[in-house]
Amino acid sequence: MSSTSNTSTHHTSTIGAIGAPSRRNTELALLVFAVAIPVFAYANVGLAINDEVPSGLLAYGLGLGLIAGVGHLVVRKFAAYADPLLLPLATLLNGLGLVVIWRLDQSERLQQLAERQYGVFSPSAPNQLMYSAVGLALFVAVLVFLKDHRILQRYTYISMVVAIVLLLLPLVPGVGADVFGAKIWINVAGFSIQPGEFAKIIIAIFFSGYLMVKRDALALASRRFMGLYLPRGRDLGPIITIWAVSLLILIFENDLGTSLLFFGMFVIMLYVATERTSWIVIGLLMSAAGAVGVASFASHVQARVDAWLDPFGCYKTSGACEQIGQSIMSFGSGGVMGTGLGQGNSDLIGFAANSDFIFSTFGEELGLAGVMAILLMYGLIIERGIRTALAARDPFGKLFAVGLSGAFALQIFVVAGGVMGLIPLTGMTMPFLAAGGSSVIANWALVGILIRISDTARRPAPTPASNPDAEMTQVVRP
Amino acid sequence: MNKPLRRIAIFCGLLVLTLLIRDNWIQYAQADALKSHEYNRRVSIERYATPRGDIIVDGKAITGSVATEGTDFKYKRTWKNGEMWAPVTGYASQIVGATQLESLEDGILTGNDDRLFFRNTLDMLTGKKKEGGSVVTTLNAAAQKAAFEGLGDRKGAVAAIDPTTGAILALASTPSYDPSAFAGISTKDSEAFSKLEKAKDKPMLNRALRETYPPGSTFKVVTAAAALESGEVGGIDDKTDTPDPYRLPDTTTDLTNEHGVCKNASLRYALMVSCNTVFAKLADNVGNEKMIEMADKFGFNNPELDTPVRAAESVYPEDNRPQNAMGGIGQASNRATPLQMAMVAAAVANDGKLMKPYMVDQLQASDLETIETTEPEELSQPVSAETAQALQQMMETVVNDPQGTGAKAKIDGVTVGGKTGTAQHGLNNSEKPYAWFISYAKTGDGSSPVAVAVVVEDGAANRDDISGGGLAGPIARDVMKAVINSKK
Repeated sequence: MSSTSNTSTHHTSTIGAIGAPSRRNTELALLVFAVAIPVFAYANVGLAINDEVPSGLLAYGLGLGLIAGVGHLVVRKFAAYADPLLLPLATLLNGLGLVVIWRLDQSERLQQLAERQYGVFSPSAPNQLMYSAVGLALFVAVLVFLKDHRILQRYTYISMVVAIVLLLLPLVPGVGADVFGAKIWINVAGFSIQPGEFAKIIIAIFFSGYLMVKRDALALASRRFMGLYLPRGRDLGPIITIWAVSLLILIFENDLGTSLLFFGMFVIMLYVATERTSWIVIGLLMSAAGAVGVASFASHVQARVDAWLDPFGCYKTSGACEQIGQSIMSFGSGGVMGTGLGQGNSDLIGFAANSDFIFSTFGEELGLAGVMAILLMYGLIIERGIRTALAARDPFGKLFAVGLSGAFALQIFVVAGGVMGLIPLTGMTMPFLAAGGSSVIANWALVGILIRISDTARRPAPTPASNPDAEMTQVVRP
Repeated sequence: MNKPLRRIAIFCGLLVLTLLIRDNWIQYAQADALKSHEYNRRVSIERYATPRGDIIVDGKAITGSVATEGTDFKYKRTWKNGEMWAPVTGYASQIVGATQLESLEDGILTGNDDRLFFRNTLDMLTGKKKEGGSVVTTLNAAAQKAAFEGLGDRKGAVAAIDPTTGAILALASTPSYDPSAFAGISTKDSEAFSKLEKAKDKPMLNRALRETYPPGSTFKVVTAAAALESGEVGGIDDKTDTPDPYRLPDTTTDLTNEHGVCKNASLRYALMVSCNTVFAKLADNVGNEKMIEMADKFGFNNPELDTPVRAAESVYPEDNRPQNAMGGIGQASNRATPLQMAMVAAAVANDGKLMKPYMVDQLQASDLETIETTEPEELSQPVSAETAQALQQMMETVVNDPQGTGAKAKIDGVTVGGKTGTAQHGLNNSEKPYAWFISYAKTGDGSSPVAVAVVVEDGAANRDDISGGGLAGPIARDVMKAVINSKK
């Protein structure tokens, strides 16, 4: 990796002269594994639960293969120089997620729970497969229609409005839905949508566009105080606005995760744009103040903090504690090697076992080994995203890529840390693994955008335009 | 912008690293604690995932397992004739846990015992499901049946042991309960259990092992042993120096007899007609200290008598002179379990040697290989062989002499020795007395295959000493008969 974008340009253009490697065949080889592993896992679950290879194995294999194949062909055609790891990693995680969702569909305990609560049990795996297909369609649309990510720069302020509208939609009466205390859902035409997942991407567009323009003002006009460069008062405006919006989300939607995600993403992008450590310090102070302030007022958040501090102390009295306790016991019971797919009892978690808490099933059934592998896969996606940011030649692309990767990293940390009892639980889902249409669709779009940026970054520089003067025919301008 | 980007890359790497460390903490460092956490239902799920091993009597299982429906605890315990066997097995319920043998040998029965670890590992490698081992008891099905049916609708208990080894042959308690009624985890099981728990006549109390009664006249055997061993009485047919009535020392209370001519009666005669005066005076002559010493040797005052189910402690306490004298006829603060009184009869029958009572003969793995065998163990030698034989003669007189109180325990062709008892209790003896009978049988070769103690709580209204022989005697006889017949 070259250290600056200048040499990078130089470097790739040199290779371009002899034909830059597109790494598409590497991607194809990896995709074969990314499809084969979930297919084996699927057979494994069937054998463990019903003592037979599941009848849907072929359809599932073909479905996942189709997703991978279409994704690959589109990347080959429209983003030939893209990063070869992102698509296989997303496919593998999506495939494993489908397998575990199907596995939890087979759980009698969850079936009975659903029948008691809603009168009817409906399996989640078929829907998830459909959402994955829709997600892939969005991925394809991004690659086909977004020829250059810099086009998005034009929509900086529109993005801001759209993102804020999306974030506030759950609060609109009649549209928003209160699901177990968290108001992060909206109901549209019979579908439940989590607008926050989409807002995550759209607001990254706004941050990138805004910071690209304002970075010099934010970075240079500052006073030195105690070794830190403090920004001018008026430059504090944007960060305070974002902070306030985050707090509003937290207070009115009871959604700690989304709130943390937006604020964290903004601070990361601000730091990258201005190269000023002071922003990190200010950001941390503000989030700490906000979190402590809200935690001491909102009972919903308080209960989760208590559950995090001592899940077994209040296990018998609080649902939040029981959930975390069950989740931690699920991980512990898996041990190093896990019980094997289909053989654990992670469904004891009950509610949200296949969405917010799906990671616990991975923990119990695939063990420490499996969880570490999955965390490393997420780590790879994140680092490939940041690498894309490093390789990008334009500041907007850099900021956009690091914003998306940073948000992805924060989301992994907040969700996995939450279910493992490392931090208080928030209401977010593991990207690609968890059941839920919005999440899987939005994350496919996110991967599509990263692939688009990485393609632009790695593509050999176009050969210099031929000198018009040397052309045989000249256009006479009016 | 690349410098902060690299830092962000490191920051994100640290986030993932933190998650990895946390994961190692809960899935490796804390894994065992979480796996066996008290709130972890997997412990119970695993426990009930396979059929529980069985408790065996006479080569046949008296327990079983049945697959359940609608719960994740897959197998629950069943009992064959649970009411009869409950005092032996205890219960093993998914909702309230286990007691007695079911609890003490839980490791073997579930297959989780460390001694089965190697086998389990082997089974895991060959893909075989884990199976529980079995607990082979010393009980005698015929004797248990005789005891349980003999008690019938009456409240009471029977304990029978093999005097030569200490093996427990029968352990019945009535009214009893069927542990199958609450073996599962449903609301029905829970209700059945709380109903049994609240029942007035305490069906879940194991009267043979866990309830102490005033031993009444059956304790006179111990008093006689103390008198003979201490030299207070030279021989069983020597006249004793006893007034009738006998004024209790340091009091103005006169002790009388129910029947018989007890003035200066010999030890043999006094035991035969159950003279209160003779034994109260002898207990006083021997003294509290030596009475305690003798009682201790017979197994009293031992809070840790494990069969392996722990028996309640039978006591002969330190006390003043009048109380000690009354203790000599089993009517003071001394109390005994039916098992304890069976041990007294057994020690006499075994020529003075008291064997430790036990009810688990063997622990077996699921492939029937023996893991542990209980070896008979001598607990003490309360009396010399000569004294024991003298006591035997006396107890045999109780049964064989036409005037004796224990005539109902007679068995044709078998030598039987016994002692009746009617223990009064309640404020001013207002409640119905307990009818006691302790006895042993001897076969032709002089060895004794069985000693038994029977207590029937609602003794007859008349306080006649015969009631012990009348109510409890036939039960003891049937139990002894059952043991002798099963040996043939």
